[in-house]
Amino acid sequence: MAITRGFTGRRRQAERDPRLPPGQYDVGRSWPVLTAEATPRVDAERWSLTIDGLVAHPTSWSLAELKALAGAADDTYRGDIHCVTTWSKLDTSFTGISLDTLLGIAQPLPEATHVVEESTTRYTTNLPLEDVTGGKAWVVWEHEGKPLSREHGGPVRVVVPHLYFWKSAKWISKIHLLDHDQPGFWELNGYHDHGDPWLEQRFDGD
Amino acid sequence: MTEIGNDRRLAAVWRDARVVDVRHHGDIAVVLRLDVPDRVLHRPGQHYVVRLRAEDGYTASRSYSTVSAPSDDLVELYVERVPDGEVSGFLAEVVEPGDELEVRGPIGRWFVWDGYGPALGIGGGSGVAPLVSMLRHAREVGRPELLSLAVSARTAADLPYREELEAAGALVALSREPGGFRLDAAAVGAIADPGATALVCGSARFTLAMESHLLAAGQPADTIRVERFGPSGEIDEDEAST
Repeated sequence: MAITRGFTGRRRQAERDPRLPPGQYDVGRSWPVLTAEATPRVDAERWSLTIDGLVAHPTSWSLAELKALAGAADDTYRGDIHCVTTWSKLDTSFTGISLDTLLGIAQPLPEATHVVEESTTRYTTNLPLEDVTGGKAWVVWEHEGKPLSREHGGPVRVVVPHLYFWKSAKWISKIHLLDHDQPGFWELNGYHDHGDPWLEQRFDGD
Repeated sequence: MTEIGNDRRLAAVWRDARVVDVRHHGDIAVVLRLDVPDRVLHRPGQHYVVRLRAEDGYTASRSYSTVSAPSDDLVELYVERVPDGEVSGFLAEVVEPGDELEVRGPIGRWFVWDGYGPALGIGGGSGVAPLVSMLRHAREVGRPELLSLAVSARTAADLPYREELEAAGALVALSREPGGFRLDAAAVGAIADPGATALVCGSARFTLAMESHLLAAGQPADTIRVERFGPSGEIDEDEAST
């Protein structure tokens, strides 16, 4: 590919923060909002999360039930998140509960291979089951110690930090287990099926 | 050229585009017109990624809305200058006609309008860019009546493509000009159209306000498509709900 005339780059490769995947920049303390649909007002008192599909025990939890389940040992993710639009937010934190705990209750059937996260807005995103198990995914209600704001998916969203952030559904309402891959909203609209930032899997065809 | 409709794999390919024209809008923005070889025609509302490459292989890329109609021979990109922006600053200060830029696109199949059903475009500041592509396309296909536009900025200078938008009959709200007004609940209520697809583009704060006004006016949530952009910090709930 051609070198861009006159471009040296402000941030030299050697000085790049090793936590930044290729093509990403550090957004610092800010946190851009990217959403495709009208931001809903979700009543935390009436909200619930359901895990269903190919599970032995389809289960729904209220927010109070999730918090009770998390108990004193709140699961906190501390680390980095990466948006496909090229910003990364480093060393941030989310508090909630590991999806491992919830799947441990719902008990995926042996044939389950994929999940679809579904929002109250009907936004969807798909992931292999192995990308949300083994300490890789959380259902969260706090960001850096404060309740998750509405535009960032509050009251409760998913966080799957090792994939581009569109894989972390805001306003989560359901996690559905399937025995096949079923492309979600952005995956049907030109974005990559998997979305690994370290492989720059941004768009369909990468 | 390929047909409109977006061949996925072809759109993902990086191409070396030639810069044909560079127009500066003060220190606010730069408009680039590019000759993209063997391009996939975009749908109005789609964006392109521009990638800058240094000699040592370092790259930086950003997405920019396409302003041109698909029928245009060139791809017109509106590049708003971001304070301290590595990519937008370079595009504004260094790039000249004749330069080559790596691009890929068109990308995104959600915030688009193909010129068929009725649509209501609402844009704030540089958020008008994809709406101008829709406007040009509507004119091109002879269906300008299908697209209603309402656009907003603080001053005339903050509103890209203002003359073109005014000439097309867009509702132009300039909140800090003499006699100006805002796209408040009443103004948006007057243009809401449950039978149209509402396409809202702008900053997080702007789009959140417009969505609230549209929903309050009875615009069904599933007819609202949003494109948010730009840096933004936390927005507190009071601010967001205005």
